[in-house]
Amino acid sequence: MKTTILSMAMMLIAVVAYAQDKNKKMTFDVNGKCAMCKERIEEAALNVKGVKYANWDIPTHQLAVIMDERKTDAMKIKTAIVNVGHDTKELKATDEAYNNVHPCCKYREDNSDDGNHHENK
Amino acid sequence: MKKYIIIVLIALVSGHVSSQEKVEGVVLDSEGANALSLSGANVYWQDSQTGVVTDFDGKFSIPFKKEFNRLIISYVGFESDTLTVNEPKTLRISLKPSNELDEVVVQQERDNIQKTYFSPQNVITVNSAELLKAACCNLAESFETNPSIDVNLSDGLTGTKQIQMLGLTSPYLLITQENIPMVRGASQAYGLTFTPGTWIESIQITKGAGSVVNGYESISGQINTELVKPLTDNEVFVNGYANQNGRYELNSHFNRKLTEKLSTGLYLHGNTRTQKEDNNEDGFLDAPLGEQINVMNRWQYQDAEKGWVSFFNVRFLNDEKQVGQVDFNPDTDRVDGTNGSLSGAEVWGSEINTRRFDTSLKLGYVFPELPFQSLGFQTSYSLHKQDSYFGFRTYDINHESIYSNLLFNSIIGDTRNKFKTGITFAYDGYNEMVTAIDYSRDDTSVGAFFEYSYENLEKVSLTAGLRVDNHNRLGTFVTPRFHIRYTPWEKGSLRGSFGRGKRAANIFAENQQLFASARTINIDVAGGSVYGLEPEDAWNYGVSFLQGFNFLNRKGDISLDYYITDFEDQVVVDWENSQEVSFYNLEGKSSAKSFQVEVNYELLTRLNFRTSYKFYDVSTDYKSGNLQKPLLAQHRFFANLGYETKTKDNGAQWKFDYTLHTLGEMRLPDTSSNEAAYQLGEYSSPYSLMNAQITKVFSDKFEVYVGGENLTNEQQNNPVLGANEPFGPNFDTSIVYAPIMGRMFYGGFRFKI
Repeated sequence: MKTTILSMAMMLIAVVAYAQDKNKKMTFDVNGKCAMCKERIEEAALNVKGVKYANWDIPTHQLAVIMDERKTDAMKIKTAIVNVGHDTKELKATDEAYNNVHPCCKYREDNSDDGNHHENK
Repeated sequence: MKKYIIIVLIALVSGHVSSQEKVEGVVLDSEGANALSLSGANVYWQDSQTGVVTDFDGKFSIPFKKEFNRLIISYVGFESDTLTVNEPKTLRISLKPSNELDEVVVQQERDNIQKTYFSPQNVITVNSAELLKAACCNLAESFETNPSIDVNLSDGLTGTKQIQMLGLTSPYLLITQENIPMVRGASQAYGLTFTPGTWIESIQITKGAGSVVNGYESISGQINTELVKPLTDNEVFVNGYANQNGRYELNSHFNRKLTEKLSTGLYLHGNTRTQKEDNNEDGFLDAPLGEQINVMNRWQYQDAEKGWVSFFNVRFLNDEKQVGQVDFNPDTDRVDGTNGSLSGAEVWGSEINTRRFDTSLKLGYVFPELPFQSLGFQTSYSLHKQDSYFGFRTYDINHESIYSNLLFNSIIGDTRNKFKTGITFAYDGYNEMVTAIDYSRDDTSVGAFFEYSYENLEKVSLTAGLRVDNHNRLGTFVTPRFHIRYTPWEKGSLRGSFGRGKRAANIFAENQQLFASARTINIDVAGGSVYGLEPEDAWNYGVSFLQGFNFLNRKGDISLDYYITDFEDQVVVDWENSQEVSFYNLEGKSSAKSFQVEVNYELLTRLNFRTSYKFYDVSTDYKSGNLQKPLLAQHRFFANLGYETKTKDNGAQWKFDYTLHTLGEMRLPDTSSNEAAYQLGEYSSPYSLMNAQITKVFSDKFEVYVGGENLTNEQQNNPVLGANEPFGPNFDTSIVYAPIMGRMFYGGFRFKI
């Protein structure tokens, strides 16, 4: 009997430990340089089902997201971002995807923050 | 026995799981015993798709494969760590806080007037730098350099400036201060002069149907004024102004940060004009004598961590105006309206005295974990008392107003789909006496609204709102508002909107200028609920197109607007008979059509040019037939040229500004029934106005300016009809189409710490 209780308790703990957050907040590095990149990155993140909020900060290159963990996870978001040509720390965009970004967004050649010069379209 | 099997099974399962090769560990914020675990840190294998996030206790478990060897751990605010891991094991990882970077502020020179390419609404934001282009003096005068708003003189007595948008006067605009309806009801005629220019931080002008959030009263547009904030305004600010005609203004602001979260500001404004001016020698003052004291205290509370923002305002205003004949002495010359016979020796005069108390509270809460979700509450109370007389007509109005709005913002799915919803409560108590007739009334309304917006910054965005209100006089009604924006190509923005507006016209407060005439006042009572009239009801439709361009490597934009306002019910103000003014409900058609084209272009470095042309077709079915709205120029041309020298390190520079307004002919109300000497033509003649200003900025702390208005000395020579016999049948001060004051120079300074 004791063992049953124990195992149930353990299972409960496990459930608590893996409780999935409806509004999970996360931040990670995404490479890019300007407001056009910002638009592309945020759009890609928001297109992942379960992502509620995405905000990429030009100077820090940080993408803050809020997502429903029951529906998605960080890797799915990162995959979506590399698919539109933006490198994350652990995932690199394919050359093909990278070549699709606007010429003024080529952050690999020149990683300056020039949100100043390239406005939204 | 069964129990054992289950336990064994569980053990096996977990054994199986752990037998898979894994790297496990915990991520901490520092080394040492007091280290805190970091939840939500990223842990991943370099150049792989394998990554996990640490749990609440900073723990993680990541599958290990032979081909992986570099494990990266990253967390915002900490230096990322890369570990070489060649075998499954358990790790304890301490991250180092990243060196705090100096804050980098990336700033772009902002245009003084910003048009948005992405918002579905046609919103123009005017910032304080633009407002400084014409230094004087209050909200009514701050639209001189803005082609979207027309500034009109309302009457020959007070010279009070009224504004118009899309060919309709300010009662059809919703004028708000920090999103709380402000210039309305009793304050309609003079309310814009009650906000000193230096208090204004920015103005947002929305053309056409606005948002449902702020109510149902806006018909042709919305003007929202943001006041300076104690936290961001200068600690000390002093502005002095004087003009040739004896108008003096003094503004001072004192702001203090009391704690990290709490700031307060005290704003004082005083103006006076004691010099009697009568340049056209008609025996009447060209501008009112007067004084105004305006005091406001603001409190701002801001707690970014907890997500609270709050504002509390208290304001008191005393405004006194005296107009009429130059020799009028209010203590001895006021004519008693009950005295039936006049000797003919009376002096005509008028006083308009207003006292006003305002207070408002705003509370905003942004859910700290969910930046897209917020709750807002605003409430305001105002008491407005105007005591006035015009010759022997008395007009007293007290207006007590309560307004509350509760608003919830959030998203549907993701931040591209937002909504706002909430409820509004409003109370207006009017105590209104027109000579001896009491028009007092109480209005209450309760409403609920919902507004959905879709915005992805790409091709399309839209806002669709609906509100349902119950008003004791207007009944229960639905107000839809819809806006859409489409970007067909780069830097192009095509917008469309439609919406309904409804309001109870305050016929006397809005048309006070008509009291200063010999006209009899008629109301054709139709059994309606407001002065016996039906409330006003209108639809507004509009399209606009904005295109940004680069020409010769310089930026510019061109915009085209076309808006139509169609009245279903309107309170027609008919002064086509020069002996009377009649108010009646529209029978037939009334519409206002406006077309505008505007070009902004940087001609040379720091030399900006703005020009516009407007065409208005505002016609109403009067009892005497369909006519264009009187005193409205159908054609208007505007140009503004601004040049600034390069700013030196200490902020020093010169600024030059020149503005031209050309107004085409205006239809004048019919005066053919007057005696020949008091008849005016059918149309006024076109004229141009020029204003210019030079500002010398000595440093960030001090600047002086000088300027001139009406440089070509345009003047209407007969603003007061029947001026020689003000108690006679031809007296009329309401037909004003050009400035009464001639050329005028002014100067002033601004000092700030």
